[in-house]
Amino acid sequence: MTISRGARYILASLMGVGLAFIYIPLSVVVINSFNSSKTFSWPPTQFTTQWWVKAAANEGVRSALRWSLLAGALATAVALVLGTALAFAVARYTFFGRDLISLLVVLPISLPGVVTGIALNSAFTKGLGMSTGLLTIVIGHATFCIVIVYNNAFARLKRMGSSLQEASMDLGANGITTFRLVTLPNLLSALVAGGLLAFGLSFDEIVVTTFTAGPGIQTLPVWIYNNLFRPNQAPIVNVVAAVLVLLSIVPIYLSQRLSQDSATGGRI
Amino acid sequence: MPDNGEVIISIRNLSRKFNSVTAVDDVDLDVIAGEFLTLLGPSGSGKTTVLRMIAGFEKPDSGTISLAGKDVSQLPPYERDVNTVFQDYALFPHMSVAENIEYGLRVKGVSKVERRAASEKALEQVRLSGYGDRKPNQLSGGQRQRVALARAIINRPSVLLLDEPLGALDLKLREQMQIELKELQKELGITFIFVTHDQEEALTMSDRIAIFNKGKIEQIASPQEIYERPRTSFVSEFVGKINKITVGGEEINIRPEFVTIFRTESTAVSQLKGRVKDVIFSGAVTRYLVEADRNPMIIANNAHDSIEVGDQVSISWAKDKEFLVK
Repeated sequence: MTISRGARYILASLMGVGLAFIYIPLSVVVINSFNSSKTFSWPPTQFTTQWWVKAAANEGVRSALRWSLLAGALATAVALVLGTALAFAVARYTFFGRDLISLLVVLPISLPGVVTGIALNSAFTKGLGMSTGLLTIVIGHATFCIVIVYNNAFARLKRMGSSLQEASMDLGANGITTFRLVTLPNLLSALVAGGLLAFGLSFDEIVVTTFTAGPGIQTLPVWIYNNLFRPNQAPIVNVVAAVLVLLSIVPIYLSQRLSQDSATGGRI
Repeated sequence: MPDNGEVIISIRNLSRKFNSVTAVDDVDLDVIAGEFLTLLGPSGSGKTTVLRMIAGFEKPDSGTISLAGKDVSQLPPYERDVNTVFQDYALFPHMSVAENIEYGLRVKGVSKVERRAASEKALEQVRLSGYGDRKPNQLSGGQRQRVALARAIINRPSVLLLDEPLGALDLKLREQMQIELKELQKELGITFIFVTHDQEEALTMSDRIAIFNKGKIEQIASPQEIYERPRTSFVSEFVGKINKITVGGEEINIRPEFVTIFRTESTAVSQLKGRVKDVIFSGAVTRYLVEADRNPMIIANNAHDSIEVGDQVSISWAKDKEFLVK
């Protein structure tokens, strides 16, 4: 497609404005985490790492980070197993209600977190008589993590087609060997990409977490929210926010790289 | 064609439906050991479904498939002594060419050293020596085709199934591969069952051709017999060009190249007279479109300098080249 020079400038500046809207506030957060002024006077006059040191030593922060990593890892693991299994079922087999299942799997990503949160909370506490805790967070996060894994795995399976598996079986490999030697290696990069994205989503999720965490557990986003209005905690909150931004970039970046690397290697 | 005539695959009353569409309708077929059998037909005629049922990718609704005397119709693909060359090659993208070729031996537990020796020999047979370390996506379409072939023949199956393997290649490469495939088949002595919708390809390569139409086999015979003695009107029209003409109230079928055309003043005996409507020169043959006693006819002959559009001509053919169809 060719576009005129004028249109190109307009598009470029619109893109610039859009990106600026997102990234200037985020960089202010990161810069402020090194701002020696406790009230974040702008522009920063002095560079300091004392907030980072304090945050690293803060037991609340450390515990929140541990819970976030643990919940993210477990939710991702659950999502990988269930999402892959669902993707296989929908991509490879025809059965009654297949399209409906596909829709139901993807739906949670667009449901408001507050609705999911309330629904899960009442199901866990009133319906099942469970107490909220790590398990309920993991289940809550898994509802939307599954979507990401499912979508990635499904797209890859569709692109792979069934002829690679057929070729493997034709050459004497049974179902298990075929999965191990052919299907999984070709699916792996999609699963890693999906898993990283899912982890990223879980790591900074707050709404569902609030409703499923219970009193004993704070994840990083929940900790930020709870400490946001305590003035003396502000610099540490800022550091934690900066950490969240930086930690979120890593899985997304890796996930994109993986998707690109495998974009040409999926199907010959 | 082998002399002993031993039947390697015997198909009886084979049927398969997809939803409400009958893809294969009560097919009987005997495949003779060592022959090059082509399943020829338009798309949707059931030829590929028959091949996939022989391979084990589809289960028949009813009927049996016997391989070397044993009913295999309910066995999974990995328990059948047949191998397939896929239309899209289906090479494993994450493995090298050598690993692809050795796959069948690997899952059977053959040692690495033996495997390597076998894959080098197979690469040699398909003229790809030295390509073992490449990845499939570094190869051209024709080379991938050869790798797919090597990956199948290394297992020495009793029957090799080929599902439109030349469909994706350009014409030149296609013609070259047709000859190579035929030679390879003779050299290996493996039974080939080859699916195609290209009638010329079928005529060139096969010992026998089975013509499929609407899930049934219309005729199974040698290429020459199919061409010269087609049994049904479908076969006569699907394979080659045909003139259907009425002479003295009688329906006659005759191939364009068995008809001779000459100028009316010639002294030769003629069967019909007509007028030339068009002359199409295409290299080796020239086609004449002639209106003969209200029969439009195509005649394919060596170029005839003196005949031009609008000329009155006489045409004739040998009586034994005529045929009747159902």
